[in-house]
Amino acid sequence: MSEKNPEYDFLWCPGCGDFGVRRALEFAMEDLNIKTERAMTSNVVVAGIGCSGNTVHLLEGEQPYGFHGIHGRSLPVAMGVKMSNPELNVVTVAGDGDFLSIGMEHIAPQAARNLNICAIIMDNGVYGLTKGQASPTTTHDTVTSSTPFGKVEAPVNPLELYLTLGVTYIASGYSSKPKDLANLILRGMEHPGFSIVHVASPCTTYNDTYTQLKGSAKLGISPTAWSIPADHNPADRSAAQAVIAEGGVPIGVVYQDNSRPSFDEQFVSIRANNVQKATDAQLATFDL
Amino acid sequence: MAGRSEIVVRFAGEGGQGVVTAAEMLARAATGVGYHALTFATFPSQILGGPTWTQARVSRTPISSPGDAVDILVAFNDYAYQEHRPDVRDGGVILLDPAVTPDPSDSNHRCIVVPFDSLAKETGEARAANMVVMGGLSKLINMPLQFFKDFISVRFAAREGVVAANHKALDLGLSHLSDENIVADLGAPEQPDYPQSFIKGNEAVALGAMHAGIETYIGYPISPATPILIYMQKNLVGEGKVAIQASSEIESITGILGAGFAGKKAMTATSGPGFTLMQEGIGLGWMAEIPIVVVDVQRGGPATGLPTKTEQSDLLTAIYPAHGDSRMPVIAPGTVEECFYGSVMAFNWAERYQGPVMLLTEHSLAERAQNIRKPDLANVPVEERIRYTGSNGYLRYEAHEVSPFSSPGGPGSYIANGSEHDVFGDTTHLAKYHIHMTERRFGKLKLLEDGDYEAENVTASIAVMPWGGSKGSVREALDLLLAEGVDLGWYYTMYVSPLPAKMLQELKNKDLVIVPELNFQGQMALNLRSQGIKAEAITQYTGLPFGPSDLAGRIKLLLAGIGQPTGVVNV
Repeated sequence: MSEKNPEYDFLWCPGCGDFGVRRALEFAMEDLNIKTERAMTSNVVVAGIGCSGNTVHLLEGEQPYGFHGIHGRSLPVAMGVKMSNPELNVVTVAGDGDFLSIGMEHIAPQAARNLNICAIIMDNGVYGLTKGQASPTTTHDTVTSSTPFGKVEAPVNPLELYLTLGVTYIASGYSSKPKDLANLILRGMEHPGFSIVHVASPCTTYNDTYTQLKGSAKLGISPTAWSIPADHNPADRSAAQAVIAEGGVPIGVVYQDNSRPSFDEQFVSIRANNVQKATDAQLATFDL
Repeated sequence: MAGRSEIVVRFAGEGGQGVVTAAEMLARAATGVGYHALTFATFPSQILGGPTWTQARVSRTPISSPGDAVDILVAFNDYAYQEHRPDVRDGGVILLDPAVTPDPSDSNHRCIVVPFDSLAKETGEARAANMVVMGGLSKLINMPLQFFKDFISVRFAAREGVVAANHKALDLGLSHLSDENIVADLGAPEQPDYPQSFIKGNEAVALGAMHAGIETYIGYPISPATPILIYMQKNLVGEGKVAIQASSEIESITGILGAGFAGKKAMTATSGPGFTLMQEGIGLGWMAEIPIVVVDVQRGGPATGLPTKTEQSDLLTAIYPAHGDSRMPVIAPGTVEECFYGSVMAFNWAERYQGPVMLLTEHSLAERAQNIRKPDLANVPVEERIRYTGSNGYLRYEAHEVSPFSSPGGPGSYIANGSEHDVFGDTTHLAKYHIHMTERRFGKLKLLEDGDYEAENVTASIAVMPWGGSKGSVREALDLLLAEGVDLGWYYTMYVSPLPAKMLQELKNKDLVIVPELNFQGQMALNLRSQGIKAEAITQYTGLPFGPSDLAGRIKLLLAGIGQPTGVVNV
């Protein structure tokens, strides 16, 4: 149930990390609207399929436009929206399964284009909505319903992947810190190019990693989440590589490259140098 | 053959020998002076080499198919000579490269050896072999050489040397043949009294989209749809316009869905394999009610199939591309001219009913160059979707019919949802919403049942009804039969789904509707039978269009086989 629609009956499990990500997204859009003096309806949230995708239905307060499409395709939908109207703030929300498995093929072309959108990835290391199968970020040897003898495949390292593909803003966050996460998302939205905010967002039912993320002195577990030091220079690619090599879940901006023009900016210069002929003039080129 | 009103010339050889451009050049020169012409091309699926042939049909009167038997074959190599000789009519002429030895036992044809290459070299422009051929042809069909010379002067206006060499090549080709070689005299052309365009099907589709106001094009290269992508990349560059080469057809379809959702007129073009990849996205467009146009330039299938051959085998997948309960509107142009109007109407339909529209063309139309009546743009109406002008809190899917379209940036936010949804667009599993939305989506198709159609000899109990690119061949076959006194009706529309309501009613009253179509299963006949029409298909799956005479014979066989009265039929 949501405030806006009492009949809406999709529920996230208690404690789901996606609650925090939703809150962070709400904060970030509100902040951006204030800064840009634009209405909430100038925001578009494009969702993939999975628990993460339901974020678009569960946003509270003033409603942005939403697009809840098909599995894995949030990025090209976002491309169509953004290129149609570059004034819009376009955000995608997707999970590790949607984004890094079925949707993996769409990351490289958007990185190559430097599409000016912000992709928020809720990584819980499992397919939750289909009830607990291994995902691309599930660690090797893990037993799930689809990997009864342990996962055979190696896990993907998302941050390393994004850096390799040329994503120009890469941030890593944690769902339990919505204010900090909102800041990373806001910076991603303001980044003039393709930004990905990769968020550790635990699944309390199938892959509860809260203890590992926070650590537990009592159980002798040191936290996997750690803050990227303030003196890290995101413009420095080798420094970014070093952050990623540290492992765990770094929190902060890993990498930012402001040197490349965004996809829509390049069309502005194409239009400046090429004028579209009126249709009758185009037709006239076929005159007999 | 003197006094004939038309002639069919085929050029056969290897890719790279100028075969591909030859037919177009002949057609262009002929139409430039007032004849009617259309071309047919079939290429190997490789960049260079491989057996290739093209054909031009030139006539004093308007024509609508690639024609029947070949009057003149230009064979650039022995394979081409052997392969295409059987298609040349008795008494026809074969122009041969000196490398080819004519078969002395062939008494049905006149074989004339013309040293294309060495004559071309005499001009100093080795690439002018084509022009030697054209010079020879101008003699054979008694078409003044000046027509070709004028064409060259315009085509290469900026390059004097090229013009001179090509003019010389034309002279050499002409003088190589003597008057006794003349096989046909088309007589003086009658320039039509209306303005004309010389254009290919793919270009007509692109221009139709331009006229309809396309704003976003996203496409992936695939034969034979690539020319549309290329046209858009070059020409769709205005303010607020964008053309993008996608990384796959999945990116194309979901990309234009994003654009359609953002309020833009958007299109992609593909062929069979790409169309298959788009199917989930097309279903999403139906579900979320997003206007988009998907062009499927059919080729032989399934899978990779026959990338450079023509076939009409995507009809059923075009109507039913998506899983689940859905039925897509499909417009299938039957001529190059209809490629333009069909494209405009595909956008109009998408705007009108707010959903995906399939524009189903085919290889033979896409690559056909033809003179058409120039569209009078001022009189081709363009429709726009109803726009939402209210405030926030809009219930986009509340109505039981098409409802105003709100777009990001303006008030009326909602969620475009591929899951079944409630009136907000939020996901639901409740039966009442699935019933409401399913009926809403299908109900909107009623808005599209007012399409134009052709109906002639409507009192005949048996009718022929072609669809798509077979229109021209079937029409010519019908005319042959009508001339013999066979009583047959004619029905045709490019609005193949939903069919115009009135036409559907008329077809239901027929004892038989004969559907000649280029596929094995008789897909249109199947589709018509499912709507209560007694339909039988005449099928062909050779990768080539119907030949009118051959088809006329097959229609007579069908009629004789079912014991129907057929007038003066002898089979």
